[in-house]
Amino acid sequence: MADSARPLNRVALVPAALLLALVAVPLVAVASRATGFALAPADWAAVRFSIFQALLSAIFSTLLAIPVARALARRRFAGRGALITLMGAPFLLPAIVAVLGLLAVFGRSGMMNDFGAMAGLPQVSIYGLHGVVLAHVFLNMPLAVRMILQGWQAIPTERFRLAASLGFGPAEVARHLERPMLRSVLPGAALVIFVICLTSFAVVLTLGGGPRATTVELAIYQAVRFDFDLGRAALLALVQFAICAAAAGLAWAVVRPAGFGAGLDRQMALGAPRGWRQVVDVGVIGAAALFLLVPLAAVILRGVPGLFDLPTSVLGASLRSIAVAAISTCITVSMALVMAVAVASRARGAAIIEAAAVVPLAASGLVLGTGLFLIVHPFASPTSLALPVTVLVNTALSLPYVYRLLLPEARALAADYGRLADSLGLQGFARWRWLVLPRLARPLGFGAGIAAALSMGDLGVIALFAGESQATLPLLVQQLMGSYRMEAAAAAALLLVTLSFALFWICDWGGRRAAA
Amino acid sequence: MKTKLLAAGLATIAIPALAETPVLTVLTYDSFISEWGPGPAIETAFEATCTCDLRFVGAGDGAALLARVQLEGDASDADVVLGLDTGLTAAATATGLFAPHGVVATTDLPVEFSDPLFVPFDWGWFAFVYDKTRLATPPTSFADLAASDLKIIIQDPRSSTPGLGLLLWVKAAHGDQAAEIWAGLADNIVTVTPGWSEAYGLFLEGEADMVLSYTTSPAYHLIAESDDSKAAALFDEGHYLQIEVAGKLAATDQPALADQFLAFMLSDGFQSVIPQTNWMYPAKTPSTGLPDGFDAFRPAKSLLMPPAEAAAARDGALAEWQTALVR
Repeated sequence: MADSARPLNRVALVPAALLLALVAVPLVAVASRATGFALAPADWAAVRFSIFQALLSAIFSTLLAIPVARALARRRFAGRGALITLMGAPFLLPAIVAVLGLLAVFGRSGMMNDFGAMAGLPQVSIYGLHGVVLAHVFLNMPLAVRMILQGWQAIPTERFRLAASLGFGPAEVARHLERPMLRSVLPGAALVIFVICLTSFAVVLTLGGGPRATTVELAIYQAVRFDFDLGRAALLALVQFAICAAAAGLAWAVVRPAGFGAGLDRQMALGAPRGWRQVVDVGVIGAAALFLLVPLAAVILRGVPGLFDLPTSVLGASLRSIAVAAISTCITVSMALVMAVAVASRARGAAIIEAAAVVPLAASGLVLGTGLFLIVHPFASPTSLALPVTVLVNTALSLPYVYRLLLPEARALAADYGRLADSLGLQGFARWRWLVLPRLARPLGFGAGIAAALSMGDLGVIALFAGESQATLPLLVQQLMGSYRMEAAAAAALLLVTLSFALFWICDWGGRRAAA
Repeated sequence: MKTKLLAAGLATIAIPALAETPVLTVLTYDSFISEWGPGPAIETAFEATCTCDLRFVGAGDGAALLARVQLEGDASDADVVLGLDTGLTAAATATGLFAPHGVVATTDLPVEFSDPLFVPFDWGWFAFVYDKTRLATPPTSFADLAASDLKIIIQDPRSSTPGLGLLLWVKAAHGDQAAEIWAGLADNIVTVTPGWSEAYGLFLEGEADMVLSYTTSPAYHLIAESDDSKAAALFDEGHYLQIEVAGKLAATDQPALADQFLAFMLSDGFQSVIPQTNWMYPAKTPSTGLPDGFDAFRPAKSLLMPPAEAAAARDGALAEWQTALVR
């Protein structure tokens, strides 16, 4: 194994170093323009609130995802595949679009309150900490469900058969198979969601109800825009990295590889438990589908009326968004694959690669954009580099998700087939062609889908760089909303969601097909 | 290294273009240059008079504009910055990056306004906008609003210019009592959004009875959507003004052209475009007059703190606001 690990190790350090540089250099660029470094007293309240809401969001998203993923893993029904794909869609929604979809259901004049009013119940307000957590669960539970579902599917069917032949009941299956799997998957899922929610901006502010819900990202906004205090902005960005590093350390301390060993890859319909457990599973899938799909339907309904009077610039914006997504997806998936395989083979330097794959999640979009702007500006017009910079940033921001999805399966691959491949002398290109790519096709496809959709929807830094004619679709949505054209904005958002979902579906489907 | 090569490459392409016609670069906010904004019509009108190439560069929203100017510093390619408002001019002056404009022109602003560095191009009154079909008797003052059980949505003064405008409005109207006004308003505020568009979108979805916007917002619905259901509530204490201004950068390589643009800004070619694209009052009423709906909600009294006073009051007002709303 050592022979195969060493060259890979060196190769994998390159993308890791690039990623770390992409996150660190802009921060240094911002800090270099600072006149002083001091936090405002209110900043610590923002730090506390950010951590608290992110922690609650991560806990609820992952815990609620477990029963959903289990029900989906052990039940077979018509439309199951389509439902799994569709339930991933909320994760792909731009924040403000998701918020408006949720408000159609949970808002002051939303469906829930309309039903409540008919039943004579008092009005329930979504605004406040609970609303923030609700929105974060809506946005991130789909990711958790998919990550945990992959974990379930990665348990070889033979283990379940062995359990059945040993007469294991559901409790024993949970103890010997499901809990070890969860222990290997849950910490990573919770970490990713915690860090996403830590830097969440529009959702927290819009649903937070007021200055009680002040996050670090808002403090950074204030520091850059109204105070032009770059020192404070850089310091706050550093605090976000520190929190992320602490969370990552905690997750690594908890995670344990499940160690199921290899199976024969035979998908079999196993006798899932009947009786009340079946009723519960049906209820869980139904409730999750309602929670995730009704707001999604609201987004679609809001968007349809405006579809026919979209401005002509929507076509160019769509093409630019798709091009950016396609390029950054290719780069992201290649980098994530090399990094995940290197870490899975326990090569030296694995800790650096692991860190590089998590840190971008905690990057403040505004600090990253501002830093890149400061770096680019002396050499070239930022406008002329708007799209390359967007590709770069999208790559950095979507890589952590793809890496997280690949890592558990890459670990299993190294444990199950690494020694066999070594003893057969399967090296270099042949090893990738015959072992790594086929075995990892499913998570690769899913990861590519996530990366493509994130690149489509991510506003990132384009707003700082884009000139007259380089708007991407998310920027166009924002511009339409900023000039009263809410109907057209809703339609453009629907187009964005549809395109993101289509890209996601193509990649995910391709991955599953290649794996089958 | 790649960046440098790319920059060198781009520079070689750019040089012949520069030699032919002078280029005037105007840095502004995104919605100004979108195809439904004022930018395209103004570009055509100005290029017809100047034998130059007018280029707009977008820099996010209004609040991001000043930060962008400061980031670019003396090395900026821009000649004119368009879209700062009176809440930001004190900070903009303090950067020392702007040059005196020398434009002498009369304007139709409701208050006296003269600034050696900045020329106004449009303005509006902040106001709470509501739906007449759902709210029959709107409040007539902040105290009235605070005493009602109406729900309002406002913007965060830490991330948006209307939010900051409301903060200064309450301060200008109520001075030492501002903190009490905010304490009274706390239970009316449904939520505080990061920017104008989220707040207005939420209001249109029926999430609140009123939203902080402009007295000209109902005119948009009237003209663009033939919908006369929206109205602006007029408050007895008067309404705070937002005056949007433009200024010439000291580091410009086209000072004469920049002056020409600032002078053009107050002519009909520019001003007549403003009402139905930026949905604000033109700084100088064009000869064609104002469109329908722009006279519907005219407050009797206008409030505006001088830039230096506004800058000095901001931090204290922000602290009052935060204390009152963090219950």
